Formats: sequence, C-alpha cells, structure tokens
Amino acid sequence: MSGDGRGGATRAEYCVIACAEAWRGAGEILASPMGLVPSLGARLARRTFAPDLLLTDGEALLVGPDGTVEGWLPYRQHLALVTGGRRHVMMGASQIDRYGNQNISCVGDWSLPRRQLLGVRGAPVNTLNNATSYWVPRHSRRVFVAKVDMVCGVGYDRAAAHPGTARFHRLPRVVSDLGVFDFATPDRSMRLASLHPGVTVEQVEEATGFALAVPEEVPYTREPSVEELRLIREVLDPGNARAREVQG
Amino acid sequence: MSDKTMTAEEAVARLESGMTLGIGGWGSRRKPMALVRALLRTEITDLTVVSYGGPDVGMLAAAGRIRKLVAAFATLDSIPLEPHFRAARERGAFELMEVDEAMFMWGLHAAANRLPFLPVRAGIGSDVMRVNPSLRTVTSPYADGETFVAMPALRMDAAFVHVNRADRLGNGQYLGPDPYFDDLFCEAADTAYVSCERIVDTAELTEEAPPQSLLIKRHVVTGVVEAPNGAHFTSCAPDYARDEPFQKRYAGTAWPEFAERFLTGDEHAYQAAVRAWREEEA
Repeated sequence: MSGDGRGGATRAEYCVIACAEAWRGAGEILASPMGLVPSLGARLARRTFAPDLLLTDGEALLVGPDGTVEGWLPYRQHLALVTGGRRHVMMGASQIDRYGNQNISCVGDWSLPRRQLLGVRGAPVNTLNNATSYWVPRHSRRVFVAKVDMVCGVGYDRAAAHPGTARFHRLPRVVSDLGVFDFATPDRSMRLASLHPGVTVEQVEEATGFALAVPEEVPYTREPSVEELRLIREVLDPGNARAREVQG
Repeated sequence: MSDKTMTAEEAVARLESGMTLGIGGWGSRRKPMALVRALLRTEITDLTVVSYGGPDVGMLAAAGRIRKLVAAFATLDSIPLEPHFRAARERGAFELMEVDEAMFMWGLHAAANRLPFLPVRAGIGSDVMRVNPSLRTVTSPYADGETFVAMPALRMDAAFVHVNRADRLGNGQYLGPDPYFDDLFCEAADTAYVSCERIVDTAELTEEAPPQSLLIKRHVVTGVVEAPNGAHFTSCAPDYARDEPFQKRYAGTAWPEFAERFLTGDEHAYQAAVRAWREEEA
C-alpha cells in the first residue's frame, strides 16, 4: 500500500474519509451513497461521528450497522423522503461543470447522443430537494467540463435563476480521487477545498476543464484515525474493493 | 364474479399497434418479461412505452417496436447501462420523453387520479425542460407563489405487471421487499394484464402474507396470466433472484443471435432454451 500520509493511508482511503466527511453533522437523515467509496464513507461516518444516519441495504430496507432491519423504504417512500428533504445523496457524475451542473444522461447532442448513458434518473428531484454531493473516481477533463451536455443535476447558476423552486438546493461537496471541492465562492463556482496527500494543485488544474477557484493555502484532506483505518480495512471493506475503484 | 384468467397470447392479442403501454417493475426487477416475450411474438409495433426501464425496454427497442419511450432511465441494475436501449438511442430509433424518476411517479399518480397534471418540484432548472418543450409549469396560488413542473398524467391504453401471486379475479400480491409502482400502472391504464408466478385461491392469498401485500385490486385488472418464472431473467423476490449469468449473456449477445436462440418459440420453448443454455454453461 502506498500513500504519503503519516498514517500510511492509501488514496482510496483518503477518498473514503473525504466522502464520510460529507455526512458530518448531518444528524438523523438518510445517507444515500451511490457507488462503493461513497458507501464506505457513509457507513464509516455512521460508525464514528454521525451515528444517527439512516442507511438502506441498497434496496427497500433500512438497516442498522449490524444489518438489523429497522425500517421499510420502497422506491415510492424513498421519493417522498427526497422531497421531504431529510436526506443527503452522493451521486456519480459523468460530467460536472464549474457551477455543479451534473450529467449522467448522455454525451453529445441529446436528440442523437454520441454515447447514451443512464438517463436523468433522480438527479433533477435530488438537487432541488435535498443536499446532493458528487463522487468522481477518476478526475479528468472528460468529467470536469466547461459545459455539460445534458443538465440532470442542477448547478448553482441555474438554481439562482429559480430562487423560489430551488430554495432547498444545496451542493455540499464534490469528492474525486484528487481532492475535495466545494462551491464556497462569491459566485458559487467550484473551489478546491482540499488536496489528497500526494496530489498537487497543478495536477488538479491539469485534470480540470475549467478554471477552478484555488485558495492561496490549500489544506490536505485530513488523515484517517487509527480506528477509522481499522474500520475501513477490517470491518467495512476487508476485500479491499476500494483499491479497484481508486488506484494509488 | 368473473374469471379473468387468460394466456399471455390472449392478453397481447388485445393490444394494437400504436398503443401506449405501461410496463411495471423497476430496472431489472420484477419485470413482466413473459408478457413482453409474448408481445415480441406478435407483429404489434409503433408503441409508446412507459417504463422505469430495464430489459423490457431493451428488448422492445432492439426489436424495433418502440415509437416513443417515456422513461427516467433504462438499466440492468448489475449492468448499469442497458445495451439495446443504448444502441437504439444512439441510432435515433425512437422518440424519447426523458423525465425525472419523481416526475414519472407523479405522472402515474395524476393518471390514476384522473387529474390532467400534478405539481412537482423536480425538473425546473434541469435540461428535462429543454428536451421536453411541451412541459409546462404551474404557479402556486398561495402566498409562497412557487413555480413547479405541471407533470402531465401518464395515461396508458394498457399496462403489464408481474407479481408473485394472484387469484383468478385479478387480486395481485407482491411478496418481495418493494411493490415498485405496479398498482399505479394498473390504475393509470385503461386495461391491465397481471402475470403472476402462481394463481391461488383468494383465501390462500392471506394465508401466506398479510393483507398489506395485496397490492393490486381486481377492479383495475383485465386479465390474469399464470406465468411461472415469468419475470425471468429479472428478479422476482422471494420466488427467485435475478439470473445474473443469463442477463450477462443477454447483454453481451448481438440481438439477432439472442432472439434466434431464445425468442423464436413460445414461453415454454424460451424456458427450455434457458435450461439448455444453463446446462451448457455448467
């Protein structure tokens, strides 16, 4: 295992920590992680600093940390919970722009796509109703683009045009294999919030297809604690599936 | 009371080209695949398909039966991208009304409640509005004055759903963890055809499971089809899980080759061909 942090954490482990931090202070809400690393992050957060989080089994059941079923959440109730707002989802993004507009529908012209992807899924309802973060396992100019081909998840510039309807719009963070990003700038454009240890600002800028806001001092993503590393390695992901999603 | 049992062939014989057809289930979960296969054996085409899309959409698209699709996605779940849906989209094979998952659900609710639309806080600000220029908004008449998408009713000529058990009258029961939206599909359609793993006596329905599992009520059901393994290769918990190896085969095989091997005969022949394939692979 490589890694430059003092704790000997791998890049994938910093990503898990960075995802987990999305749910710090979230309270008693549903964490909806999509994908492996966000899922490890959410489960780690619940086992440590965010014990009140609700999590599903990936289907229709709400389950406790040990797998005990504590509730029922079929799709129709899940959609009501989204609209009720007591949820923070972390979705994937095939494309994302500097204001956080996200695309998972298709690449190219929508009427005849060059590459058909999933479709908009629940991205429009998620972004107008509950906190929505994003996870990008391979940070590149193909993903961090100047303009997304189809706006599925609503970004800050578009939300600003609909202040009433978008009053619950919030994009807390974007986590990639290179760092953590937020929209804490005056014009709500994307900002580099932290670098994973071993990554440089230049590397991030090179892999991003738009001008990022970069503070003078960019912190590093925090170190995992000994206990967090133990939980990730021995309890949550003993098969090290995280290393297949994030190299290094 | 009337016995509504019929064969899959009798059910699809009541459909016509150009109809709007709703298909229940979700992605690659409890899809009425036996009814879809029966439809593929007819010449019916030019369909408007309304679906939380899975291989139902993929197969009908591959066979060129879809004129217009109303969907939020098409996926095989364990294989994220439905390959035939994808190929059909990339060759511009059908018109698409792409809406959000919640917009879709409210469209079903509107139709089931005989409302022209329902307001949804989803879609505004997204390109769903750009790619569906016919979508309109509605403003709250109250002090908040908020603007919503007026999601139009998704009224359908016919609906196909698959459940675990049903009686001969059309009372349908799901036994898995999620009802999906099958009751809404039946309520939002002029006719509904319910296939099931097993037809049982009405009294037996509540012997196995509580009355809350009685998802579909007979007044919205036109026909009941007994189709054991009728959701194959999608999941039908707790009766069976998704047939992952077979789904992989479906996703990885050119459509003409797949259709030739598995879809030229009737449902019995399909199930036999799947068994033969499984033995070959073992």
